[in-house]
Amino acid sequence: MTVLIALALLVVFSGGAYLLGRRRAVALAGGRSASLHSLPGYHGTWVALWAGVPAALIIIIFAVFGARIEDAALRAEVPAAVAQLSDERQEVFWSDAGAMARGEAQSEITYEGELKTAFDAKAAEGRRIGVIGLVSVLALSGVLALCGVLLAFPRLSRDFRARNRVEGWTGILLIACSTLAVLTTLGIVMSLAWESFRFFQSVPPLDFLLGTSWDPQIAMRSDQVAAVGAFGAVPLFAGTFLIMLIAMAVAAPIGLYSAIYLSEYAGPATRSIVKPLLEILAGVPTVVYGFFAALTVGPTFRAFFNWIGGFLVGGPMDRLGQYLETVQNQMALTAGVVMGIMLIPFVSSLSDDILNAVPQSLRDGSYAMGATKSETVKKVILPAALPGVAGALMLAVSRAIGETMIVTMAAGLQAKLTANPLDTVTTVTVQIVTLLTGDQEFDSPKTLAAFGLGLTLFVVTLVLNIAALAIVRKYREQYD
Amino acid sequence: MVALMTVQPPLIRTAAPHSHHPVNLDAPKIVVRDVSVFYGAKQALDSVSIDVPGKAVTAFIGPSGCGKSTFLRCINRMNDTIPGCRVEGAVEIDGEDVNARSVDPVILRAKVGMVFQKPNPFPKSIFENVAYGPRIHGLASGKSELEGIVEASLKKAGLWAEVSDRLNAPGTSLSGGQQQRLVIARAIAVSPEVILMDEPCSALDPIATARIEELIDELRQQYCIVIVTHSMAQAARVSQRTAFFHMGRLIEAGSTEEIFTNPRESRTQDYITGRIG
Repeated sequence: MTVLIALALLVVFSGGAYLLGRRRAVALAGGRSASLHSLPGYHGTWVALWAGVPAALIIIIFAVFGARIEDAALRAEVPAAVAQLSDERQEVFWSDAGAMARGEAQSEITYEGELKTAFDAKAAEGRRIGVIGLVSVLALSGVLALCGVLLAFPRLSRDFRARNRVEGWTGILLIACSTLAVLTTLGIVMSLAWESFRFFQSVPPLDFLLGTSWDPQIAMRSDQVAAVGAFGAVPLFAGTFLIMLIAMAVAAPIGLYSAIYLSEYAGPATRSIVKPLLEILAGVPTVVYGFFAALTVGPTFRAFFNWIGGFLVGGPMDRLGQYLETVQNQMALTAGVVMGIMLIPFVSSLSDDILNAVPQSLRDGSYAMGATKSETVKKVILPAALPGVAGALMLAVSRAIGETMIVTMAAGLQAKLTANPLDTVTTVTVQIVTLLTGDQEFDSPKTLAAFGLGLTLFVVTLVLNIAALAIVRKYREQYD
Repeated sequence: MVALMTVQPPLIRTAAPHSHHPVNLDAPKIVVRDVSVFYGAKQALDSVSIDVPGKAVTAFIGPSGCGKSTFLRCINRMNDTIPGCRVEGAVEIDGEDVNARSVDPVILRAKVGMVFQKPNPFPKSIFENVAYGPRIHGLASGKSELEGIVEASLKKAGLWAEVSDRLNAPGTSLSGGQQQRLVIARAIAVSPEVILMDEPCSALDPIATARIEELIDELRQQYCIVIVTHSMAQAARVSQRTAFFHMGRLIEAGSTEEIFTNPRESRTQDYITGRIG
């Protein structure tokens, strides 16, 4: 809260610095802004940047790291009474003292005797450290802001290249943003890799990658000393790819054909209605598709297959009939088909943009040769748009692999190694969810398995994307 | 003479090249009467009437936006592909109205080839670019016949010597001038009777332009060629007949020599001498 107020004050101060710099520049120009190297606004912006940015950086760094620094300062000296406690009790003491210092303590904190004295002393010290930290940071940022203005302001002159300086600041800002994005991604990958490493210390990587049995629940039962969870990820990846294939079998042709209809056949009036409708469809939350799958599509498929089975029982295909009669609501087919329907607007919207980007001159050339629309689409437009369409399909594949909710609701949770679309399967993402939801300790192989799965999924998706990019680039070189 | 004037059978029925009918060489190949074109409410052409002779090059000249390209696109009904475009009046090729219900625009366009301003080879190999038309119209009964058509077309377009050793290279790997000759070869491959060219040299350098102009001069022995051009010098070099368009109207048409040396209309005079346009 104090930090927010400080930042708001800083913005006001910078605004003042802007006006000051601008007015100074106008005065320097003597009424003719063309006599300046840079427009007055640039002078103002430059002064404002010096006033605001260094001070803001200090405040932000304090907001992020301040609590940790204060905590370290508080623990620098350990009272004798506390040193006698066990490690866990010490930890509790320090966090209680910190909470008390910040005024966030619950009322039931009670210490007695020497500990009570130490606790009160430390709480008071914590309060003192907090005040000192806040005041010193506020003072430092105030001084920085003032110094910024005092240093920047005298440099303004007619020939001062404020425009180029502001350009430099803009560059720094953009680099900072992209660096932040890259570093965040890097951090996620690193933590994924580290936790996976811990997982692979308890489960051999080969057992994980090549094992065909997935049953992490057993590992939780610590009373069974001999029981070791089965962490073979093959059934999960098989389930993921089975559902992805079904989804793409639905989404790729329907999405692509509707894109072709929209971009080549539909008139402007139809297009202006259908395209936004498709885009609205793309905004339906996946959980809605999920209960659509679980409540409507699943029972319908089940009824259909049971009905077919009824005809086959007793005939030459008796065994198939008996199997079909036992088909349940939850199956890979349901999840795959509904996921495919979810991906249709995604594929068609992207492909439509890509088909529209094919130059009109190619269409004209084909029509002028006496080709019909469908011949033109098949022989000229699709080959020309192939790199982009392949990219759109790969994006859809990535989404299908990452999709969780529909599968959770429609495909079941049982990890089975099967290629039968009528069976229940589970996917990598669904297992990650079930491993990490609920009260969990984050040091058992069971929860760490989630990181192993996450890392493997990340690598698989990355390889898929790189392969797709390579294919796309190959065609680009040939045809563009 | 009477024998030559017999009524011809309709031509625009099949994409196959027909054996030559007794065509009166003096009769115009394309007869246009009172053609007006509208893009929505905007009128682009206002009752244009002109006769275009066969086996000759006719040039359409005029300032930008005068309707000459729009008019060119009426001849092979390419305006059909533009939403909101309406064509009135009659365009007859060998006595047959191209806008008649019985005429399939797809077949018509095989008979009336078109070359565009910017070279637009398809994203396919050189061979496949030229083979495109014969394939979709089923003009070749076998691979060797198709290869024959491709070779003959590339030779006619003066490109064979340059590409015969790399027919499988992408068409887009050629230079601009070569691409434009490839596109001309593609158009020739379906044995059209008329070739429409919409500013075919405006995206090319002078050397490539000279090459295309030479080619046009050779092609006029076999085809009726209509060329739209910005360059009056080009019109003077390649055409036998010239038509001048201005503000959606056909101002004047006649032999190229006459138009350039002794125009009847003052606006033509002004355009040729550079005072308008």
